[in-house]
Amino acid sequence: MASVAHLDVLPRSGDGTGSKAKLALVDALLAEQEARPCAVLTLRWLERHTGVERAVCAVVDHESGRLTGFTGLGVSLAAMDSFSVDLADRTHPLVVALGGGEPVAFHDSQSLLRTFETPLGNTSFYAVPLGGGKDETGLGLLLLTGLDDGPVSDDVLWAAELFGMRLGSIWYRRVQADERRHKRERSWLFAVINAVTDPLLLTDADGRILVANTGAEMLLTAGEDKREGWRRAVALNNMLFSASLFTSAAERGPTRRELLLVDPSEGEDLLFEVLSTPVAIRLGETGVVSVLRNVTDLRRATEEIEENYRRLGVAEAATRAERDRLDLILNSVLDPILVTDPAGNIMRMNPPAERMFTFPAGKRKVEVERRVRTNDAVFTSFVSSLYAGQSRHWRRQLSLLDPQTGATVPVEAISGKVVSKQGEETAVVTILHDLTEAEEKARLYEQVKRHSEELREKVREATAELAEQNELLRRQAFQLEQASAMKSQFLANVSHELRTPLNAIIGYTHLMLEGVSGEMNRAQQDKLARIDANARHLLAVINDLLDITRIESGKMPVQSERVLLPELIDEVMAEVEPLIAGTRLEVSRLLSPDLPEIETDRQKVKQIVLNLLSNALKFTPQGSVAIRLEHECEAGEISIAVTDTGIGIAEENQKTIFEAFEQANSSFARRQGGTGLGLTICRRLAHLLDGRIILTSRLAEGSTFTLFLPCKPRTA
Amino acid sequence: MSSGETPAAPLVLVVDDVDHGREIFAEYLEFRGFRVATAADGLEALEKAFELRPDVILMDLSLPGIDGWEATRRLKQDERTRAIPVIALTAHALASAHDRARAVGCDAVVTKPCLPKDLEQEVRRQLAARKAGESDVRP
Repeated sequence: MASVAHLDVLPRSGDGTGSKAKLALVDALLAEQEARPCAVLTLRWLERHTGVERAVCAVVDHESGRLTGFTGLGVSLAAMDSFSVDLADRTHPLVVALGGGEPVAFHDSQSLLRTFETPLGNTSFYAVPLGGGKDETGLGLLLLTGLDDGPVSDDVLWAAELFGMRLGSIWYRRVQADERRHKRERSWLFAVINAVTDPLLLTDADGRILVANTGAEMLLTAGEDKREGWRRAVALNNMLFSASLFTSAAERGPTRRELLLVDPSEGEDLLFEVLSTPVAIRLGETGVVSVLRNVTDLRRATEEIEENYRRLGVAEAATRAERDRLDLILNSVLDPILVTDPAGNIMRMNPPAERMFTFPAGKRKVEVERRVRTNDAVFTSFVSSLYAGQSRHWRRQLSLLDPQTGATVPVEAISGKVVSKQGEETAVVTILHDLTEAEEKARLYEQVKRHSEELREKVREATAELAEQNELLRRQAFQLEQASAMKSQFLANVSHELRTPLNAIIGYTHLMLEGVSGEMNRAQQDKLARIDANARHLLAVINDLLDITRIESGKMPVQSERVLLPELIDEVMAEVEPLIAGTRLEVSRLLSPDLPEIETDRQKVKQIVLNLLSNALKFTPQGSVAIRLEHECEAGEISIAVTDTGIGIAEENQKTIFEAFEQANSSFARRQGGTGLGLTICRRLAHLLDGRIILTSRLAEGSTFTLFLPCKPRTA
Repeated sequence: MSSGETPAAPLVLVVDDVDHGREIFAEYLEFRGFRVATAADGLEALEKAFELRPDVILMDLSLPGIDGWEATRRLKQDERTRAIPVIALTAHALASAHDRARAVGCDAVVTKPCLPKDLEQEVRRQLAARKAGESDVRP
């Protein structure tokens, strides 16, 4: 339709070329729907009818803003393709020619021609604008060679106009179709972007919104009908969005950032993730496409997830700590501990258990692994029996093997079911208590007990033996006592039996000496005196023997009383007076003035002193005998010393002098009438009185016998 | 040896189972002017003591039958003879024999062998003591 309208205004045909040829071109062009064949038809027509030799058809490309080669006649295709003139170069002669609306001649003689290139080379040509000049810049140019100098012929102008009109018509139709298509596509595009629930915008370099989908419009645009709050929210959103755009403007590629906006309808905060991508929107101008993804819920969900994750982490840490603590406790127990699940699988164990129930790390040993498997079998059997039973606790003795040594390890297994709150049996905890030591102890205890029994038996035997011995000793003691008593009795009897005849001898001798049986002559009297003396000596010996016997058998009674020593000495002196009278010895007594009364057995002291004094008198042929009594205050003792100037006692005899029947000079002693028992009796009597007798003597110089007596008896 | 020559002389009963024991002291005491009666065992001693009521009894302790201790005990228990001094005369030298003698009532103990004159002294001491005791009893 449009083309027909254009054809209505066909250029008037001039005089030059015949109408027939022109009509043919019009028909040909009308028949052709495409621009390029039209151009070719036109150039060929010009060649045939107007003398054009070579030609170039250049058209304006609005998109690129350049004048480019469209089709050519007598020029190379490569030259055509490379021919392009920037329309922005307003001083370019071709651009000037295009805007001029009139044909322009370029002669090869002109220097101007050499300032630019055409596919025609450096030949003279005419530049003829296409079309009716409606368009400001024109549709294009025909560059023609071979034309005569002077004004361009009408036929050329007519053909250029006709072609221009036809080109314009074709292009207009195309533009219209394009526009329809664009419109349709645009509506699709909008449908698409509106279908996207996320707000979507295209902004120019200044941040002005060029395109926005409904989601974006709701946030960023507000009609007059909207409430004040809405409008304020929108204004705030625009400000925030612009600011965010500005901050990301520096980036070249797509950017991603978060943006907090306000929901104008609800007033709630909305968090968006903004994806911005720079795009070319026009020649030399860049815009930004922004997609806003509402991540408010996502953020909330994320936060919730994070919170849950954190809580989980805390719970996990607590569980781990608890578990670590449990591990620590389990590991600190020396007895093996195992936790098994209801299927009998070992879930946990402490190191002592691992030693019994796991293969050791390192080199495999068949023996060790066999023992471990044996242990496992024993234990599994035990646990399964526990599951079969009703009781929650179980105790049994098991016999395991030490994996390393193969030694039998008796253990007491104590198991407990772990029951959950729901009453479900979740695990079994088993402690294995090594009984080796206990059994060893029991064995040792048995041994000790046996030994103890043996010992007790031995003690019993020994006790019995001892009792027997005691009995024997007791009997022996009894017998000894009896023997001693018998000995005493025997001595008493002997004494009695000796005394009776002695009594007769002494008695009759005395009767005769007294003249009871008539007067005796001197010789008879002397002989009777001898009998008397020997009988008395025999009596003294018997008395001494009896004394010693009594002292030795402990039957000599001690009768303590207060004793005045000077009196006692007087009595002794009186008794030895006859002896002294028979000698020419000087006898003296020296009594210390501080002599105390002493407590002792008077008779025995007298016996001792009498004995010592008579000895001194007997064994002192000449010189003196002295008796000296002193009070030894410090020792609490009384000393009675009898000193003579007699024969003395050799040092070697001084120790034995106190033993029975020992006399330094036996023959001399016998002549003196001693019994040989006197000193023995003296010493023993002194001991009986808690005293002692000391002897100092020099042979041929004399002796001193000193009796020491305690002032008070030491024993009760 | 007949008694009653001098009624004032004290009568001594000498008891001893051994002949020479009786003879020595009896002969010596008669020689010294005492009246003497003798007994050879405890029973005879008791009979003579009750019959003769001697002034002093010399009592040997080891006697056949009733021994000297038993005889003395009986004499000292009897009202008729209680006051008569008994001098135990014994060859036992042990203190226990002497103690037993004193325990049954002997007034003195003399150990044999002993000189006849020592025995006479003891007899005289006993007689004097008895005399003094009697004078004490009846003032």
